[in-house]
Amino acid sequence: MPRLLRSRSAIGVALVLPATVMAVGFFFIPLGLMIWMSLNRWPMLGARAFVGATNYDSALHDPLFGHSLVFSLEFTGVVGLGLLLAGGGLASLIAARRRGVGLFRTAYFLPVVVGMASASYLWLWMLNPSVGLLDRMIQQVGIGNATIQWLGSTGLAFAAVSVMTLWKLAGFSMLILMSGLQVIPDEVLEAARVDGAGRARQWVSIKIPLLRRHIALVLVFGVAGSFLAFDQFYIMTNGAPGSSTVSTVYDIYNSSFVNFNLGYGAALSVIVMAILLIFSIVQLTLVRGGTE
Amino acid sequence: MLWYVVAIGCFGFFVFPFILLLLAVFKSPAQAAATPAQYWPNPFSFGSFSKLFGPTVDIGHYVGNSLLVSVGTVAGTVVLTVLGGYGFHRYPFRGSGVLFAALLTILMVPFQSIITPLYVVLNHMHLLNSLVGLTLVYMTYQLPFGLFVMRNAFSSVPSVISEAAEIDGASPLRSLWHVQLPLVVPGILTVSIFAFIAAWNDFIAALILLSSQSNFTLPVELLDLVTGQFGVIQWGVLEAGVLISMVPCVVLFLVLQRYYMGGLLSGAVK
Repeated sequence: MPRLLRSRSAIGVALVLPATVMAVGFFFIPLGLMIWMSLNRWPMLGARAFVGATNYDSALHDPLFGHSLVFSLEFTGVVGLGLLLAGGGLASLIAARRRGVGLFRTAYFLPVVVGMASASYLWLWMLNPSVGLLDRMIQQVGIGNATIQWLGSTGLAFAAVSVMTLWKLAGFSMLILMSGLQVIPDEVLEAARVDGAGRARQWVSIKIPLLRRHIALVLVFGVAGSFLAFDQFYIMTNGAPGSSTVSTVYDIYNSSFVNFNLGYGAALSVIVMAILLIFSIVQLTLVRGGTE
Repeated sequence: MLWYVVAIGCFGFFVFPFILLLLAVFKSPAQAAATPAQYWPNPFSFGSFSKLFGPTVDIGHYVGNSLLVSVGTVAGTVVLTVLGGYGFHRYPFRGSGVLFAALLTILMVPFQSIITPLYVVLNHMHLLNSLVGLTLVYMTYQLPFGLFVMRNAFSSVPSVISEAAEIDGASPLRSLWHVQLPLVVPGILTVSIFAFIAAWNDFIAALILLSSQSNFTLPVELLDLVTGQFGVIQWGVLEAGVLISMVPCVVLFLVLQRYYMGGLLSGAVK
């Protein structure tokens, strides 16, 4: 063995070096480059030029970007809230010790492991008014008679994609919240029951405060799956009608790879990262809030 | 009793789309395109699959691309995170804690938000429109989770075992290979299943970083069936393709469920 590798630190450096090189090449360099690009006019082809804060200034006055931000924030609110409610409901359902609970847990979790793109293609077909089965089922149940263009109007498309996203991600929040519920000692809940606390009271006064960290985690991942949503809208709505369902990442995609304005796309990415950072700080404060 | 009613109701919501899909892929292409839509395949047909694998669509080629990228990502991620996790746990050096924390920050920046500069960097490295380039990107974004899991896996190996190997004069790599590796297999399985599912399912990076059709991975190629190469969407063929895109993940998950959920929760609790 070479002499250099005799020292324990040298061995450590050698072992972590390959991973570090990858991270530098494909993460830290792009991260730095992103900030530099955002300060430049950076077309796909042709001359680049330093333009200072011009890209950020354009972003502030860009109605398409503004619209996409509002749209994605609304989507994040709906999906985040839905994930907490659905995840909490499913978690308390499968926290019960009953026959077949393992089967149900696996079934609820199944959509999590298929791809968002695959799920989008599947729902695109189910929602299709002529060949999909959803409208047919609605007609047969007798709730309605008309064929519905689920992806034809902004409101319905928003609702349909939200339900699809919840279908895909609810199992994930269920699993996280379930792991939290399982560590709440039975005696605590038993004591609350003896004191006359009903189900709602137990949730508000005991479970939610004790699940704070798990709730924060669901929100962290929920935000990544909803504020950064792209696949669903690209595949299911194509941003239509008009460009009313263009999400923020979709808008970045359009700026960089449809309009070939990479500097502007980078500036929008920096803004998105800043928003994500604010989300994380808020979530961390919420998590730490009660422990001190 | 009420519990079962609710549980089965939810079961229906989560599983029904899969059942509809399973029924749809065995319709003849003509029946799959019929209005109003029908539930049962009649007649039972492999027509959609034969079109899917036939010479015009040739989905096998894209499944091959996806497999190449996914298996490559698993192999690369396992090698990097086994070495790194072992190093971070067993051979700490000055600054290794800071480096570990820095590598974990990759988790905070999802690559949707960094794809524009990544495109420029890959272009510079001549790795655009390359399955190798795509694999390297997927590997990088599996590093934080993988290093975290593997470092924990190595730290649960009793230190007596590592020390005994060192006293016997085994080199670090020999000790890793012969003594430690068999003990961290559960960690390796967790890392592998997450890496496979992430690479197999990714859409946005493949969409942006690959440009010629012959390099497309399965989720991107399915888009061609939606936009309808021939002006009309062949729904039966598309749904058969969707089923194929889902099968490996579902099978892996069902077989390795323990490692998948365990990995999620170990990341969650800490």
